[in-house]
Amino acid sequence: MTGLPTASLITVNDTTVRVWRKGQGERIGFLAGIGGLPRWTPFLDRLAETHEVVAPSLPGFPGAAGHDTLDTIFDWLLATRDILVASGLDGADLMAVSVAGALAADVAGVWPGSVRRLVLVAPFGLFDTAEPATDIWALRPGHLPDFMTRDRETYKAFIEQPDEADPIEWKVEQMRALEASARFLFPTGNTGLERRLHRIGCPVLLLRGSLDKVMPRAYLERFAAGVSGAAMLHDVAEAGHLAELDQPGTVALLVQNFLDRRTENEQ
Amino acid sequence: MKMMWFHLMPYTELPEDFKEKHPSVWIDIDPKLFDPRRGHLMYNDFIDELEYAAECGFDAVCVNEHHANGYGLMPSPNLIASTLARSTKEAALCILGNSVALYNPPTRVAEEMAMIDVISGGRMIAGFPVGSPQDTCFAYGQNPSMLRQRYFEAIDFIRRAWTEEQVFAFDGRFTKQRYVNCWPRPVQQPHPPIWIPGGGSVETWRYCAEMDYVYCFLSYFGYKIAREQMHGYWAEMDRLGKDRNPFRAGFLQFIGVGETKKEAMDLYREPAEYFYDRCLHVDPRWVVPPGYMTEATIRARVESQVQLAARASAGGGPSINQNAKDFEGIVENGYVLVGDPDEVADKLREIAIDLGVGHFMLLLQFGNMSKDLTRYNTRLFAEKVMPQLRDLFEDEWEDHWWVKPLAAGERAGVEAAA
Repeated sequence: MTGLPTASLITVNDTTVRVWRKGQGERIGFLAGIGGLPRWTPFLDRLAETHEVVAPSLPGFPGAAGHDTLDTIFDWLLATRDILVASGLDGADLMAVSVAGALAADVAGVWPGSVRRLVLVAPFGLFDTAEPATDIWALRPGHLPDFMTRDRETYKAFIEQPDEADPIEWKVEQMRALEASARFLFPTGNTGLERRLHRIGCPVLLLRGSLDKVMPRAYLERFAAGVSGAAMLHDVAEAGHLAELDQPGTVALLVQNFLDRRTENEQ
Repeated sequence: MKMMWFHLMPYTELPEDFKEKHPSVWIDIDPKLFDPRRGHLMYNDFIDELEYAAECGFDAVCVNEHHANGYGLMPSPNLIASTLARSTKEAALCILGNSVALYNPPTRVAEEMAMIDVISGGRMIAGFPVGSPQDTCFAYGQNPSMLRQRYFEAIDFIRRAWTEEQVFAFDGRFTKQRYVNCWPRPVQQPHPPIWIPGGGSVETWRYCAEMDYVYCFLSYFGYKIAREQMHGYWAEMDRLGKDRNPFRAGFLQFIGVGETKKEAMDLYREPAEYFYDRCLHVDPRWVVPPGYMTEATIRARVESQVQLAARASAGGGPSINQNAKDFEGIVENGYVLVGDPDEVADKLREIAIDLGVGHFMLLLQFGNMSKDLTRYNTRLFAEKVMPQLRDLFEDEWEDHWWVKPLAAGERAGVEAAA
């Protein structure tokens, strides 16, 4: 399936939020990782072959402003929940990557039933002083792509300015997205989620790129052990932190299999 | 013209191979490099130097705040200012300053500064920098995206704590305090002068104009880089309808004075190269956490690639220009003004007029400069440079932003230190 998603705008917290949709089938929400979704991706195309993919923007990420009014994790969770509901994702399956994983996980725990099944790729939200995750806000200039994908060129292509975009606003948008992630995760990425993990009762699929330079595998193991719902942890070979960018087909298949299996079990 | 003697308090014994063996002078500098026995001597030398500057007749002595920093040993400038409040008599005490976003509630800053103002008899200038990204976000873990919001709220809190005539409740976005009551009250009324050190953002200029605070351009890179900034500042003041009173502004400059230019070049080579090479060895990973720069600043920088190149790693705070590390380059670029007294005086007069600054913050100790050389530099400046600049601006403009101490007869006699 090729072609662009349809775009619509919703209003949450007096802020306009972009929502991208594509595909037909069971609805799944998608919350992008570091940098948000500056463009539609091959992974989302693959997922849209079997599902209706709904990808709203989080505050401050490409497609939405408003991060600077959110001061606490409580503010962020309410905003995320409101965005999911306004996007038609209340009770739907939800996939979230990296920084957005911290918010999606908390939403699933704080509002039981609001997330049917949860897929998390290298989620933030925890911290271990004995094995600190990479400080993504203290990377040397130009080094972010090295930490995002197996091949830095993959991430660079992901954030490359399209010809039609305003070069200044494109750059500002990317900086704003990094700021937005820092706003709820700086300095350690610990949102206090660990104390609430047990509240997550829905089935959870945890994915981690085997070459992830940001998030230690032990974090995902703690995640899997901490939730009360059934949890599966799967390594994605030849993938970095944003595994779905490196291995779109493999990750799409893992997600589709997870959703299909659970659907069968539920029936 | 006000001439103010500024100390960074650099650790003076970083090893020669520091750059090769250590990633950064800031944030993750090796704790083992700090020898407390040597530190004991350094602190006492530094305080002696500040006191000597006051004795020599400088209008003020200045201290500032850095954290986890090998070239700035003052995590708490208030501690140093408090001892100077006792040991100096006339000089203003300029604290440039307290990074107020780091302290919640900011009550402590209001109280400590009020104490210093009272102990000194009304000689304190309260500087409130946003704080460098290194100090605030990395050394203190402050959120870069909320730093400025906290900063502005904290200044508002402190100003009110000093000026409100009743106990009040402060219900801010970040600070909530049911009963605010700053005891002691500052001597200077309605409040001590508030100065804002900045790196050149338009928002800061506007804020200073709106609040009637002094704007100080603090950079380690001298008068040449400052031109663009200060000319921009005055253009903005014109636009806002403010007068061009040079006492609205301050500016920092490194100085090395000798009897002759040649002597000065010989004397200050080592400390200057120590500072610009070793002390400014900052790992670029600690420069710009996302959110520290405002979007307006990001836009301005993306729009002006020339500006971006000139201040490649500025991050809104003091820019870390690592181009010149050898003394000839340091002098040529104007980072350190070096010369005989007349030459230095002429140049400073030219700079003061060109930049429109009535407050010079002068670094006459820098790098690993010895106590003896620091005293020599300080004395030469005080005796032979300062008199040539004293009259500048004073007839034409009034410094509304200077300290207002108690009259001599009202001041406590402070016994000389034993």
